[in-house]
Order: sequence, then C-alpha cells, then structure tokens
Amino acid sequence: MESDTALIIDIVFWIIAICTIVSAIAVVALKDVFRSALFLIVTFVGVAGMFLLLRAEFLAMVQILLYVGAIAVLILFAVVLTRDVEQGSPFNRYLVPVLFISGLMLAGVIFVITNTDWTVTSGDISSEQMTTAFAETSILGNIAELLITKYVLAFEAVSVVLLGAVIGALALVRRR
Amino acid sequence: MELQQFLIIGAILFFIGLFGSFTKRNAIVVLMCIELMFNAVNLTAVAMSRYLVPYSTDNGALIAETILTGQIFSIFIITIAAAEIAVGLAIVIVLVRNYKSVFISDAKELKH
Repeated sequence: MESDTALIIDIVFWIIAICTIVSAIAVVALKDVFRSALFLIVTFVGVAGMFLLLRAEFLAMVQILLYVGAIAVLILFAVVLTRDVEQGSPFNRYLVPVLFISGLMLAGVIFVITNTDWTVTSGDISSEQMTTAFAETSILGNIAELLITKYVLAFEAVSVVLLGAVIGALALVRRR
Repeated sequence: MELQQFLIIGAILFFIGLFGSFTKRNAIVVLMCIELMFNAVNLTAVAMSRYLVPYSTDNGALIAETILTGQIFSIFIITIAAAEIAVGLAIVIVLVRNYKSVFISDAKELKH
C-alpha cells in the first residue's frame, strides 16, 4: 500500500516534469509570440504542481493566482497591444554559441547536483522527521506569522518596491 | 521522490530561460524567459526547504521557522517578479510606441 502511493506520486512527478520542460522549450522555440505565452502558462501550472508535491500548498495557490492569473494575462495583453508590429520571435545571431555554452553549463550543474551528498547538511535529522514535521506544521499560519515577525523588514521593503513599480509603470506608459 | 529530481528540473528550466533570454530578439519573449528563470529559482528554493534543514535545532525537534525558510524566500521572489514584469512590459509598450518594433536590437540610441 505504501509503495503503491509512492509509485503513483513518482508517476505524477514525471508527467508534470515532462509537461513543464516540453512547454518551457516550446516557449523558446516557437515563432509565434502568442503561442509562446500560452505555453508559458502551461509551464507555470506545471511548477505549481511541483509545489504541491513539495508540500507547499500555499505557494502553489499563489503561483496559480499570481503567475497564471496576473502575469500571464499581463503578457498576453502586451502581445495583443503590440499586434500591429507583427514581427514574430526570431533568434539573433548568437544562437549556436549560446546554445553550446548554456548546454555546457547545464551539464556541469547536473553533474554537481548528482554528485553532491545532500544528506550532509541535514545533520541528525532524518527524512522521516522532515516529513512528519511538514505534516504536523500549519504551513499557512506559520508563513503568515513569520512574515510579520522575523521577516517584517523584508515584507515592508517589498511593499515599497511594489508601490514604486506600479507608479513607475504608470509614469512610463503615460502619453504626454 | 528525492531532492535531486527537483533540482535537475529546476536547473533545466533555468538554463532554458537563460538560453532564451540571450538569443531571442523579441523583448516580450525575453521577459517570458526571465519569468522562466524566476520559476526555476522558486522551485529550487522550495525543494531545498522541503528536504534540507538550514541548521540543527537544540532537541532535534523541527520548528516552523527552520522548515519554511525556502517558502518565505519564494514569496519574496514572486513579489519581485510581479514588479519586474509590470515595469518590463511598460518599457516594451514605450519601445513599440517610439521605434515601431519589439526587437531589443532596434533600441540602440545609447550605442553612439
């Protein structure tokens, strides 16, 4: 019974992973900007599914609300507003060298990830203890509490940044 | 499921975004690729906070503060990403209005 659940979770993980990666490649590879934006939404939903598998339900909801609901719609608006220009989405002349260098860096990063002993930072805490800690903790309540106690300075700074971004965006697009 | 799987997915997403933001000429697609990179970093931070403990506690008991660090980081990254995309798309709109083009290579006023 235990292993059945683990197998199902593994299958779900690989389905989500393949959907996410393929649609991320489609965002870069497609020539039509509108279709790239639609595939970007698929990628965002896939990452939200990954958050659900990682016991971050609040972040998954924030991801759906903010990325799919706000940022993707904003990008689609920008695509539609620039429709009359109609230039598509071609590559520049650095396609081959950048593909080579980023592929090399990706290979290096994957090599480091697979060859690092990640248990070394856990100290004396086992993965079962982590799982029970996540099951027993009220994640949403604790995030809310941490945001207004330990991280209150960053919280206020981010509010000011958001206000500045809104005013800046309005000032930029205003016709004079 | 293990930490490495999530880290590898995050790395692949990040480098797809990096590749796209260096090679695409359309400014909107470049912004989309930057969003891909933000998502990859969020995924990595949340995966780290799910599987690793930033520091050991006194009696071996895990408190919420230690296991939620990555999720708090992700919330701040998402907020900054929202601010970035708002300003970025405003810049794209101004670019189209002034140059009649969405290609970033056409904005070369500062290139003497």
